[in-house]
Amino acid sequence: MGLKENLHKLKMKYEGKKMAPAFNALHTFLYLPNMITKGGTHIKAADDLKRTMNTVILALVPCLIFGMFNAGFQHYAAINGLPEGMSFFSTAFWNMDNFLLGLVTVLPLVIVSYGVGLAIEFLFAVIKGHEVEEGYLVTGMLVPLIVPIDIPLWMLAVAVAFGVVIGKEVFGGTGMNILNPALTIRAFLFFAYPTWMSGDKVWVHEAVERAGTPDAISGETILGSYAQNSDVMYSLQDMFFGFIPGSVGETSKLLIVIGALFLIFTKVGSWRIILSTLIGALVMGLIFNGVVDAGWIQEGSKFFGLMSVPFWQHLIIGSILFGAVYMATDPVSAAQTNKGKWIYGFLIGFISILIRVFNPAYPEGVFLAILLMNVFAPTIDHYVIQGNINKRKKRLKVKTA
Amino acid sequence: MGLLSRKDAKLITDPLADNNPITIQVLGICSALAITAQLKPSIVMAISVLFVMGVGNVVISLLRNLIPSKIRIIVQLIVVATLVIIVDQVLKAFAYSLSKELSVFIGLIITNCIIMGRFEAFALGNGPWKSFLDGIGNAAGYGLILVIVGFFRELLGSGTLFGFQVLGDPVEKTGLYAIGYENNGFMVLPPMALIVVGIIIWVQRSRNKDLIEEN
Repeated sequence: MGLKENLHKLKMKYEGKKMAPAFNALHTFLYLPNMITKGGTHIKAADDLKRTMNTVILALVPCLIFGMFNAGFQHYAAINGLPEGMSFFSTAFWNMDNFLLGLVTVLPLVIVSYGVGLAIEFLFAVIKGHEVEEGYLVTGMLVPLIVPIDIPLWMLAVAVAFGVVIGKEVFGGTGMNILNPALTIRAFLFFAYPTWMSGDKVWVHEAVERAGTPDAISGETILGSYAQNSDVMYSLQDMFFGFIPGSVGETSKLLIVIGALFLIFTKVGSWRIILSTLIGALVMGLIFNGVVDAGWIQEGSKFFGLMSVPFWQHLIIGSILFGAVYMATDPVSAAQTNKGKWIYGFLIGFISILIRVFNPAYPEGVFLAILLMNVFAPTIDHYVIQGNINKRKKRLKVKTA
Repeated sequence: MGLLSRKDAKLITDPLADNNPITIQVLGICSALAITAQLKPSIVMAISVLFVMGVGNVVISLLRNLIPSKIRIIVQLIVVATLVIIVDQVLKAFAYSLSKELSVFIGLIITNCIIMGRFEAFALGNGPWKSFLDGIGNAAGYGLILVIVGFFRELLGSGTLFGFQVLGDPVEKTGLYAIGYENNGFMVLPPMALIVVGIIIWVQRSRNKDLIEEN
């Protein structure tokens, strides 16, 4: 009598009753169902929705763990000063103190995100009488990674409830949503509680409480520093490895690249979207560099800081890489056709850098750009498909004529 | 209701719920989004529309046999415009700060689709008393939604009602703010009005399944 049998019995007990989907979900989440279809021909494939979701979560785990270490690292660096000459395996970063502080600050975010989100999913499944869908598994993991470390938990809970209900359930649940739910949650937080989502005091643990006292580091993100035309105190190496202030899980570009390779290798993430997003960002960066080189923007201008950033550096500052790999590739809200994916990704990268440079109030435009293109994705697909139909029609005419 | 026959009473009660101009007919959404960030302008707007609709419907109904149908839209526009200008001037004279706050939206009552809709659909074909009731009913249904939306947006967005800080002082950190509550800035932005209206529609239709359209 293992856990599986007990869960199965519980499931059978509630079969046909109102709460059935909830117990069903518990069972199938942990084990393969007991019921097996008999007779006929079946194709058995392991790459179902649950497996897809789990693959993405696996790719996110390194970012989460790094985020925990980084939370502690940034906190202690703000008090004691930044250690010199960091390499990726420095013990100044990978130590127990950092991890414990990260654990107690990041873990509640994860618990609230999953607790509230799954509770709403279960509630809707019971009310509407369908099975609980796996859709929230990835969203629940993404949410803690894209918020500042000290965001109050009740705000996160309100935002998750909003994002899941308005961003997903009203459209019909998993697979029907137009917008990426994780980004809907972030957008809600950003517009509802801007003081907790931007500025120079939210990215490092307890920086708000320390405001006014002299800090060893400012706690400003790289983008924030550029937007104010102030000096950036982090080396390129720090930026790439991720020893910088930022949202919990998006700082380490190295781990995101590894995650991206994992997603592309397992064919869960679309390499077309990732690549075209990066190309879009580079093109926009090049245009801005060109504008600076041509002398149209002078040093005193408020856009100078971000415009003069070498175009390739845009990829390792801010969260464009995280957005491109984990957010833009969401198979539900992205474009579906191959040509459409190129257009969709390119515009995400292009618009992200555009917002980043031109709107100092929104130093990170990635989430806005992705949400915007989520809305346009069906239109892009429509025209790609229509284009193909017209091409074939023409071919038919030439043949029959 | 001794004053009104059952049929007449229905003219008023129907638009309040099952035939609400905003949530069922989806008319007049623009002003519902624009001026509902606070309760006071919502109520002033509701009263203004109540006046314009009530009087306008009666006027159109009285004129209905005189208006040539080719130019009826122009005549309707003149009637609405006249009434709206009266409202605008009264507000400017007696409640200047409110009139500033509502700015162009009082003038834009002219374009409120509910008003022209009721003129066309009801006042042109019914007597003055019935048209009056219909106008009042529809304006009340519109105002009801405005007040509900305004109530939630002001309470959650600014923590006030009619300008009174009902949840405590956000600067002094009293009341709810003492335990870390903060105003939801998103509520003040127009998109949230659309979402609140959407939620009202959702609640209303799930309570009364007859309202759900077949598609």
